[in-house]
Amino acid sequence: MTRIDATAQRGFDRVLGAENVISDRARLRSYECDGLTGYRVIPALVLLPRTAEQVAAAVRVCAEHGITFVARGAGTGLSGGALPVADGVVISLQRLRRVLAVDPVDRLAVLEPGVTNLEITKAAAPYGLYYAPDPSSQQVCTIGGNVAENSGGAHCLKYGFTTNHVLALEVVLADGSVVTLGGDTTEQLGPDLRGVFLGSEGTLGIATKVTVRLLRTPEAVRTLLADFPSVAAAGEVVSDIIAGGIVPAAVEMMDTLAIEAAEAAVCAGYTLGVPAALVVELDGPAQECHNQFERVKAICEAHGCTRLHIAADAEERAAIWRGRKSAFAAVGRISPDYFVQDGVVPRTRLAEVLSRIGEMGEAVGLRVANVFHAGDGNLHPLVLYDASAGETARAEKLSAEIAELCVELGGSLSGEHGIGTDKACSMPKMFSEADLELMGRVRDAFDPGGLCNPGKLLPTPRLCGERPGKYRPHPLEAAGVIERL
Amino acid sequence: MSTPSAFDPHRPPSRELLDDCVHCGFCLPTCPTYQLWGEEMDSPRGRIYLMSLAEQGEIGLDGALHEHIDACLGCMACVSSCPSGVRYDRLLEAVRPQLERNVPRSRSDRLFRNVIFALFPHRRRLQVAAAIGVVYQKLRGLPAMARLTERVAGMGATFARLAALEALLPPVRLRDAFAALPERIPAAGTARRRVALLTGCVQDVFFHQVNVATARVLAAEGCEVLVPRHQHCCGALELHSGRELSAIARAQRTIATFEKLPVDAIITNVAGCGSSMKQYGELLADDPAWATRAAAFSATVRDVHEVLAELEPVAPRHPVRARVVYHDACHLGHAQGVRAQPRAVLRTVPGLRLVEAAETELCCGSAGIYNLVAPDAAAELGARKAANIRAAHPDLVVTANPGCLLQLRRHLAATSGDAFVPLMHPVQVLDASIRGTAPAMD
Ligand SMILES: Cc1cc2nc3c(=O)[nH]c(=O)nc-3n(C[C@H](O)[C@H](O)[C@H](O)COP(=O)(O)OP(=O)(O)OC[C@H]3O[C@@H](n4cnc5c(N)ncnc54)[C@H](O)[C@@H]3O)c2cc1C
Ligand code: SF4
Ligand code: SF4
Repeated sequence: MTRIDATAQRGFDRVLGAENVISDRARLRSYECDGLTGYRVIPALVLLPRTAEQVAAAVRVCAEHGITFVARGAGTGLSGGALPVADGVVISLQRLRRVLAVDPVDRLAVLEPGVTNLEITKAAAPYGLYYAPDPSSQQVCTIGGNVAENSGGAHCLKYGFTTNHVLALEVVLADGSVVTLGGDTTEQLGPDLRGVFLGSEGTLGIATKVTVRLLRTPEAVRTLLADFPSVAAAGEVVSDIIAGGIVPAAVEMMDTLAIEAAEAAVCAGYTLGVPAALVVELDGPAQECHNQFERVKAICEAHGCTRLHIAADAEERAAIWRGRKSAFAAVGRISPDYFVQDGVVPRTRLAEVLSRIGEMGEAVGLRVANVFHAGDGNLHPLVLYDASAGETARAEKLSAEIAELCVELGGSLSGEHGIGTDKACSMPKMFSEADLELMGRVRDAFDPGGLCNPGKLLPTPRLCGERPGKYRPHPLEAAGVIERL
Repeated sequence: MSTPSAFDPHRPPSRELLDDCVHCGFCLPTCPTYQLWGEEMDSPRGRIYLMSLAEQGEIGLDGALHEHIDACLGCMACVSSCPSGVRYDRLLEAVRPQLERNVPRSRSDRLFRNVIFALFPHRRRLQVAAAIGVVYQKLRGLPAMARLTERVAGMGATFARLAALEALLPPVRLRDAFAALPERIPAAGTARRRVALLTGCVQDVFFHQVNVATARVLAAEGCEVLVPRHQHCCGALELHSGRELSAIARAQRTIATFEKLPVDAIITNVAGCGSSMKQYGELLADDPAWATRAAAFSATVRDVHEVLAELEPVAPRHPVRARVVYHDACHLGHAQGVRAQPRAVLRTVPGLRLVEAAETELCCGSAGIYNLVAPDAAAELGARKAANIRAAHPDLVVTANPGCLLQLRRHLAATSGDAFVPLMHPVQVLDASIRGTAPAMD
């Protein structure tokens, strides 16, 4: 049944031990999708290496036999990046999860790729240090996945994305050779190949060792949760805070539906039914933090805030964040299925984009919940649907249209969840043919045989049809029900 | 075109419950088997996925599904960590009986399980086993016996499992094994509550002192305690292993014994028993003769710490100066959501300092009969738990489940060379504090 020839299979068995090669169909199926369950492909084999050497050895077997491979971390990706390839293997990095070193003097940590984002902070905490990028999935997603997706989180507004915190990478290339990109300091000579790898979604190789920067835990942290009578009012608060020269550690916004889901999940103390809630967090030296916090409070009140809740202690702060961070996954409580979309728009157009999304949802009879990193205009509309009621295709289409709307409004496709399978066909909306060709050449330079996570990130004719992702009018648009600007 | 479900029509896992899982993976890090093996099929997300495939008739019940459901500890850490409120507990309780009914086990596996279930739920048989155990433990001191056990342990899986059983046997005082509490213990001072106490099977034979302490503490805090003489096993081990029919029979018997008592609460000091008795309502929901009775019974069941935490302490406490680690039993923390109450109760003891060990949400590997049927995985988890506990440098470790006590005792001892760490049930600490004596070790 497997589509891998016997000598290759023996090769994998030899380098990993047969018990670490999954070939049974039922078991393989548990790897057929990641966090985006709409796309499913059963891989030919799943490989479970324990060490970087085994990863390299397995990739060499792939190279020898021309077998494609897909790296997989925790499988929380939301763009189908870890979607298997039918004739290929999945290389799971879940067993490479040792923290190899924490260096409190140089403030860095060396990690195997399967270490979870939160584990890094746990390992650093005894030294008064932490790892800054904090995706909502931080308790489960891996640093390898974070590197591949250049993930961000609520605190990226002030501290930047994964790429701003990764110093060096050990990478297994498609031919099985092992290279180091970057180094232990931020000052590097020559082109920044580390930067090229960051966000490449597993298409350039497999990261087997990651060196990250650690930051000192801030002296003070203040967090507030404020309710507003409209999304527009909350959006103005965000603009005023930033115009006032304040750089908050995080500014997050949630709408009515997202609040409903989060409250159902964790009872974090959000107000049900309000149109918009903002979470604002400031950190830094105690005095500065205090002064700025007073100004933020005043801005909130000036825009008609209906409730202002200030976290009294670490526990209350944790509750506010629990609410925000569980919001995506918690949407499962108010809808059987959902697509998470991920786009960026200029902050000034937030209110506009949200009302457009609302209209688009209404037009096709689907609800859309919104959670977003308001500070940098990164929005996550969640399209709620019921697969068993046959709504999948409609939801998928709405989700793609929302992404394209962001581009139309002068934004970009993905803030942080990556392009993967989900949005590869939409890439031509944002990049010219010349851009895409250049990206293709970079990719070929790393992986001339096209074995590394093929079909992801860059549009292919097979994936997207003859006109890869070119604009095609929506049937409703053609019927004059909706229109695009 | 849809294929018929691989499950039989008697209570299959429901499609709605399966659909609640959105595949986000948030449950992965707290799943002990995923921690051990790093495989999708041995994670909650993977197990639910396999159940779902079977429900759609895309895979059978034997093979992958059976093996990976067998490997599940039933610790319910995934229920606690799931933001979407997926009821893995209900899914597992639906799937396990299906597998027990429909998938034949290997002969040796079947025999071994039969031995366990012939022994554990029966007080009398446990008493006999305890008596043999006392002799055995004396003999074990002899070098010849130790060599024999070693050799036996080297002889394959079944013997490894027997060795696991042996290594867990607690030192018992024969007097305890056969002792019984009086049928009624009056409250000290004015009675604030009237409660009934489930004495449990394993608990009463191997940890009788815990029951004695529970009754004393409850009485001191103003509870009149009734202890029905003819009570039997509550069926927890069977319920959690998918032996549905015998679990139902035991549930009915337990309900019949307790429901006629005029009490405010039915109390247990065993996490596993509490979680199963709180589930009777669901277990008997389809049986018209029992549904209401079972639901009423379950609504009255409380863990001893829940009751104690509710009552404003009245009995004066003497200081117990110790660093104490409270270990959350999965069936108390994850299955019943009772985490704060035992800690709150322990904090009423002056001088006692509660310290938290790392990875509190991770199962110790005891998990009902798991450490007997899957000794290797259980031992790995036990060692990990013991290391985490030791790192917190406790003077004393407390936990509210006999299975955990046995498992921790074994693994805290196994890392010997380190200091001896006494283990007990939280009510024993409270009892010692109220009575002003040194806590009694069993
Ligand atoms: C509920 C929820 C909330 C989320 N919130 C956020 C958020 O706030 N911010 C955010 O940025 N993302 C978020 N995500 C998306 C996701 O968690 C991130 O993209 C994360 O970085 C993926 O990590 P992973 O380990 O699960 O990777 P996977 O999903 O397993 O893989 C993702 C991609 O990385 C590649 N890959 C994995 N490991 C390696 C490696 N070692 N070397 C090379 N390539 C590799 C894979 O091939 C794939 O293309 C969320 C997801 C969920 C389900
Ligand atoms: S069980 Fe819950 S936490 Fe686990 S994958 Fe499903 S929805 Fe996510
Ligand atoms: S019950 Fe425990 S062992 Fe079983 S899937 Fe859930 S977390 Fe894992």
